[in-house]
Amino acid sequence: MTTLVTSILSTLNRPWLKWGALVALALALLIAPFAVYPLFLMNVFCLALFASALNLVLGYAGLLSLGHAAFFGGAAYVTAHAAKAWGLPFELSVLLGVVFAAVLGLIFGLIGIRRYGIYFAMITLALAQMIYFLAVQMPFTNGEDGIQSVPRGMLLGLIDLSDIRAMYFVVLALVVVGLMAIWRFVHSPFGHVLAAIRENEPRAVSLGLDVARYKLIAFVLSAGLSGLAGSLKVLSFQLAALNNVSWHLSGEVVLMTLIGGLGTFAGPIIGSAFVVALEHVLTTSGLPVSLVIGVIFMACVMLFRRGIWGETRARITAMLERRQ
Amino acid sequence: MPDIFGVPVVVLLGQIMLGLINGSFYAVLSLGLAVIFGMLNVINFAHGAFYMFGAFVTWLCLSYLGLNYWASLIVVPVVVGAFGVLVERLALRHLYRIDHLYSLLFTFGLALAMEGLFRYVFGSAGKPYPVPEALTGIFNLGFMILPIYRAWVIVASVTVCLLVWLVIEKTRLGAWLRAATENPSLVTAFGINVPLLLTLTYGFCVGLAGFAGVLAAPIYQVSPGMGSNLIIVVFAVVVIGGLGSIGGSILTGLALGVIEGLTKTFYPSGSTMVIFVVMVLVLIVRPAGLFGRET
Repeated sequence: MTTLVTSILSTLNRPWLKWGALVALALALLIAPFAVYPLFLMNVFCLALFASALNLVLGYAGLLSLGHAAFFGGAAYVTAHAAKAWGLPFELSVLLGVVFAAVLGLIFGLIGIRRYGIYFAMITLALAQMIYFLAVQMPFTNGEDGIQSVPRGMLLGLIDLSDIRAMYFVVLALVVVGLMAIWRFVHSPFGHVLAAIRENEPRAVSLGLDVARYKLIAFVLSAGLSGLAGSLKVLSFQLAALNNVSWHLSGEVVLMTLIGGLGTFAGPIIGSAFVVALEHVLTTSGLPVSLVIGVIFMACVMLFRRGIWGETRARITAMLERRQ
Repeated sequence: MPDIFGVPVVVLLGQIMLGLINGSFYAVLSLGLAVIFGMLNVINFAHGAFYMFGAFVTWLCLSYLGLNYWASLIVVPVVVGAFGVLVERLALRHLYRIDHLYSLLFTFGLALAMEGLFRYVFGSAGKPYPVPEALTGIFNLGFMILPIYRAWVIVASVTVCLLVWLVIEKTRLGAWLRAATENPSLVTAFGINVPLLLTLTYGFCVGLAGFAGVLAAPIYQVSPGMGSNLIIVVFAVVVIGGLGSIGGSILTGLALGVIEGLTKTFYPSGSTMVIFVVMVLVLIVRPAGLFGRET
């Protein structure tokens, strides 16, 4: 038994395994829309990007934002309005959504970034609630009805995105680009500075780093990517509604990140897939979603703060070390 | 009756009155949040859920146990407070040593779960609760008409706030509490049971939220969403007032209620947002909040 475990563990360390797994994943994602309901997967992709964007500030920079739904939902409304009322093409609608979210992130950041931890969480929550009330009241959002039957348009004027599989691959491609941007960012010198700020802010200040500026840039980037996720979701589902800007979503995305593993690259992706699948099961079973989500939230904080991926990785590393 | 900026004085006074009532709730809840934060370093996101819980227990007491309003005023804070003690003992206590964000996230989950549970059991629709017999009717002040129950809510909550303030600032128990905030290990060395003090503080403040729930039951409909709608506004109030001062949080709560009422008269569509706008302005001018100290 032990020899089996050790042999499995030793193969885990091989680089070819990593590449093999990536190729297998890519193949699975190419076949998936023909086997599983594509909209479900698109939802997972959008939320995976959203959670990864949040992880950029929460996991890597240690800033708890409880207002990220404002970026996601705000971009969703802007994209929906641009595509439906203004008749803008797909690319421009998405771009407008992303720019809107990034600008909103800049405003939130400028207001809140100098306040620490808990204050920052409360400020982002309150600001996001302001966006929520704006979405309720402004005429173009149609209040409770939302913006319905948003047209997806054509990609580069060539590919008709009303075909759901075409849309699937566009969403997949853009989400992968977004995730790669996060990967690049985290593994750049900039990302290391962020980690330094998270670990020991006074020391980072004493090293002469402009801490507030670093945090602000990370926050704006995170907001913009959240906006990309929101824009893609609204075009996939062709509906912009109030639940995209509500504080429940801000909380849920924190849960996805936490349950997958804070500050890990794969964590938020695994976490969002888990939560979306769970909600899917729960809505069909008739159990109250927010009760179960809330209980998981509490259990996660109490019992496994490292999350699914963080915990797994820590176990594997521990076993490998023991073997050597 | 004269007008002020085209608004009849009666209407204006009525809105200020409504604002004061909302302000009383902001004051009671932000006071509890400020004390819990001061003592436990926990931002209690579930405070709104406890308020909702209080209102529901009041409604349940009347509907199933036949307990009237006055009995509820005593029983409900005790029940809600006892639940708070359980939460502190079983969960929050274990989170003090790690980053504060985890206790915030824990109470966030708790709030979600409580709201979800009540929605599941009782549905989303509001439940009406009758105003108690002794407090029905109105005072006619000549220049305006004041429903007695509303006056009672303001008087009761302001009294409770002042009592809490007095206890913390002027009594021996309050001195222990303040000392334990500053330096818990030293206070422990003096033979004071600090963990027990923390548990009781949390239980008491949560009970206070339950008390606000009892006061709210006859005014607002008792519904699962009532807490989360309120708590986010209260967070903004707390940011405006700054977490440092208890008196400050009471004043800020009342003042913001009035500002909200005034906005409702002069610019109705801005009334849901005015507190957040004030928050932004305060953060720009005084980042630590009106009464807070820069940390």
